[in-house]
Amino acid sequence: MSAAPTETGSEPRTHYLNDGYGIKSWLLTTDHKRIAILYLISITVFFALGGLMAVLIRLELATPEGDLFQPDMYNRLFTMHGIFMIFFFLIPGVPAVLGNFFIPIMVGARDLAFPRLNLLSWYIFNIGGIFAFWAMMHGGIDTGWTFYTPYSTTYASTHVLPTALGIFIAGFSSILTGLNFVVTVHRMRAPGLTWFRLPLFVWAMYATSLIIILGTPVVAVTILLVGAERLFGVGIFDPALGGDPLLFQHLFWFYSHPAVYIMVLPSMGVVSEIVPAFARRKIFGYRFIAYSSIALAVLGFLVWGHHMFVAGMSIYAATIFSILSMLVAVPSAIKVFNWTATLYKGAVSWETPMLYALGFIGLFTIGGLTGVMLATLGIDLHVHDTYFIVAHFHYIMVGGAIMGYLGGLHYWWPKITGKLYSRFWSRISAGVIFIGFNVTFLPQFILGYLGMPRRYHSYPPEFQVLNVMSSAGATILGVGYVIPLVYFIWSMRYGKQASSNPWGAVGLEWETTSPPPTHNFETQPVVSRGPYEYPPPKEAPVVA
Amino acid sequence: MSPDGHATAVHGGGAHAAAAHAGHFDSAEQQRESASLGMWVFLVTELMFFGGLFLAYIVYRSAWPEAFGAASHHLDVRLGTFNTIVLIGSSLTMALAVRSAQLGRRQAVVIFLVLTMILGATFLGVKAYEYHHKAVEHLLPGHGFQFEGADPRHASMFFCLYFAMTGLHALHMIVGLGILTVMLIMGARGRFSAAYYNPIECSGLYWHFVDIIWIFLFPLLYLLERHG
Amino acid sequence: MAGHAKASGDANTSGHGGHHVVPVRVYLGVFAALLVLTALTTAAAFRDLGPFNNVVALGIAVLKATLVVLFFMHVKYSTRLTGLVIAAALCWMVILVALTLGDYWARGWLGVAGR
Repeated sequence: MSAAPTETGSEPRTHYLNDGYGIKSWLLTTDHKRIAILYLISITVFFALGGLMAVLIRLELATPEGDLFQPDMYNRLFTMHGIFMIFFFLIPGVPAVLGNFFIPIMVGARDLAFPRLNLLSWYIFNIGGIFAFWAMMHGGIDTGWTFYTPYSTTYASTHVLPTALGIFIAGFSSILTGLNFVVTVHRMRAPGLTWFRLPLFVWAMYATSLIIILGTPVVAVTILLVGAERLFGVGIFDPALGGDPLLFQHLFWFYSHPAVYIMVLPSMGVVSEIVPAFARRKIFGYRFIAYSSIALAVLGFLVWGHHMFVAGMSIYAATIFSILSMLVAVPSAIKVFNWTATLYKGAVSWETPMLYALGFIGLFTIGGLTGVMLATLGIDLHVHDTYFIVAHFHYIMVGGAIMGYLGGLHYWWPKITGKLYSRFWSRISAGVIFIGFNVTFLPQFILGYLGMPRRYHSYPPEFQVLNVMSSAGATILGVGYVIPLVYFIWSMRYGKQASSNPWGAVGLEWETTSPPPTHNFETQPVVSRGPYEYPPPKEAPVVA
Repeated sequence: MSPDGHATAVHGGGAHAAAAHAGHFDSAEQQRESASLGMWVFLVTELMFFGGLFLAYIVYRSAWPEAFGAASHHLDVRLGTFNTIVLIGSSLTMALAVRSAQLGRRQAVVIFLVLTMILGATFLGVKAYEYHHKAVEHLLPGHGFQFEGADPRHASMFFCLYFAMTGLHALHMIVGLGILTVMLIMGARGRFSAAYYNPIECSGLYWHFVDIIWIFLFPLLYLLERHG
Repeated sequence: MAGHAKASGDANTSGHGGHHVVPVRVYLGVFAALLVLTALTTAAAFRDLGPFNNVVALGIAVLKATLVVLFFMHVKYSTRLTGLVIAAALCWMVILVALTLGDYWARGWLGVAGR
């Protein structure tokens, strides 16, 4: 699929960005592309909030004494950091921004199946965010982002209910987005676009949507039960009243472990787009990557017990969960190997999106391999609730998910805005983020292995060197995140006009103009071949 | 299609058939299929939503079968059976309402929808009576809970789950009545025809789903361990 | 229910524009079957069937739900995709319940508190 006729002239033309101005044309839009932009703004705000908490946490941990914050305040900081980053940035991140923008384009449709539902889900998301924000402004919540009972029930002294309500509401937004994606992929594909001609990003988003649909409702009802326990003094999770706190953990992790795949699968999809585009090679093992996305969605639901190894669950069940957890490494490794094989003998160009994609592959591999270590019962018992865990999941969620998100944003920015950003500064920032990230979190692996527990505001003095390293790295990382914010905004005003296909990539999204017209394509595309036909035919003759 | 595998562009972007469908769909058929699939996917999320409660019920019931059995004796089987029949009846009238819409019979749509709503309201009325009765008997879990059995702690858990499950179910019924009201207005205005009946079809799916939840709640809460 | 299934089979052609209108007698038949099953499950609840109490109660509930799904919700006349969606939902319910119960079931095996 390539080269539907696209204009190259510079005469003013109508596209989704200039098709109506004014606040109403944005807040009442049903255009998936505009809604994606709205999401981009929302999640950037929440990312900044979560990042601010991270800064304060790393400031406190620069010294062994708890000198900056009281323990209570520190508990609130890491809790709110987790809640904003996970529920309001990482989970909606790639799906609601890049998925929203590109799934309809990639399947050759004019919009998602339910455009008004799409807008509704953005509003719901923000209402949820406002609840969480309100709770933060009124003292926050200190249970940890996991809301474990009895911290969140019997012993809760902070704003558990408004925060939980915020997450409950945001969950609906997530469900509606997932539902929209599933129906769109099933029902809205262009003529000729069979399942195995779909870009791998669409496969990854489809798998993500399945997880969202099957998992989110369970955590929603769990939150309701916690709320009921708080409000009515009943004891579903309270041992004193006959309940079992472990049931909460089962229900919670049934969603929240697969939620990790909600965060990282979309980024894997992004990487599957970027790697062939900048290696100028057809992706290696297309079907394996496609199926491994589905496999991750399924296996992700079979492993939640590994969060509970030390919580008092049956050792036999723990053994089963341990083995199942290791199985997750198989589809993950399939992806990594196939990306690597795609790079082999490719004409690799070091453009910014590629730097992020390569960063993803490296960091995700470290995160994934330490995950296999943690799936091993013996090691997990040793390092449970230490910084080893913290480092592991940050390698997946930040090194994986955020690298993929930024990679995708850089890859598609010319398409989204029609403007080119600074090549120099973007490559600098990719490097700064990679270095900053590793300096922040590699020391945490060592700290955890040495036995520093997570979620404490003070620590023995012998851990200070590594902690200072980590805090210094966080500073670098923070700078790395600010640079793109600057040049992205700069590019919108001063950036050079992007052509419809600045990278010379293949895919339906590169066949329409930059930025795309309101209905994505001037003419209905018809697809007659698979994705990733690299190298693209030299100046393919336009078939009119 | 050109032999070198390039995409050809066919005309189709703006040209729609005369049938009524939203602009981003190609045909009314595509719209109908999308709506139906979307509704089914939504019902999956609903099932998983109740799934968490069913799991809690199974875990606690299997842990304390005696306490749960004793507690379930405080539920009125006659009212439960009556409500089951009422709800099954409402599913029948709902199915007939959808069928009438498919055939474009405007008056029948209205009649069957009204019948469905009456039956739904009857169910809720009986449920409210049962709740009231439980409150009078001090069976509301919480501080005022009184139960003269061997294991009041776990009997309280039974009533916790009873109220959580039936309460959530009743909430879905209330939402369903709201949806049916909208359908009634649309039906009375003659908005449904053989070519367009998505909304009422999807409302029907929702209503039947709520019925199915009750089909499981009834034996789980009212019937198990009832003998002896 | 075989009779009803057959009755509806030949009604397939009466659909409007590719979709299906189920004859009223099928709906009435399903309704009657649901009533009978309700009576049956209520009656069975007052007999002691030993280990089969739960099996009968839940078996009948599954049967009733199947009837509603197949006929009232038109799954019998729908695409395979609808069936797949339902199968996935049930499959995930089984995962949720089975893996959690596995833990509760094996909780006391080791004879060590908390293991």
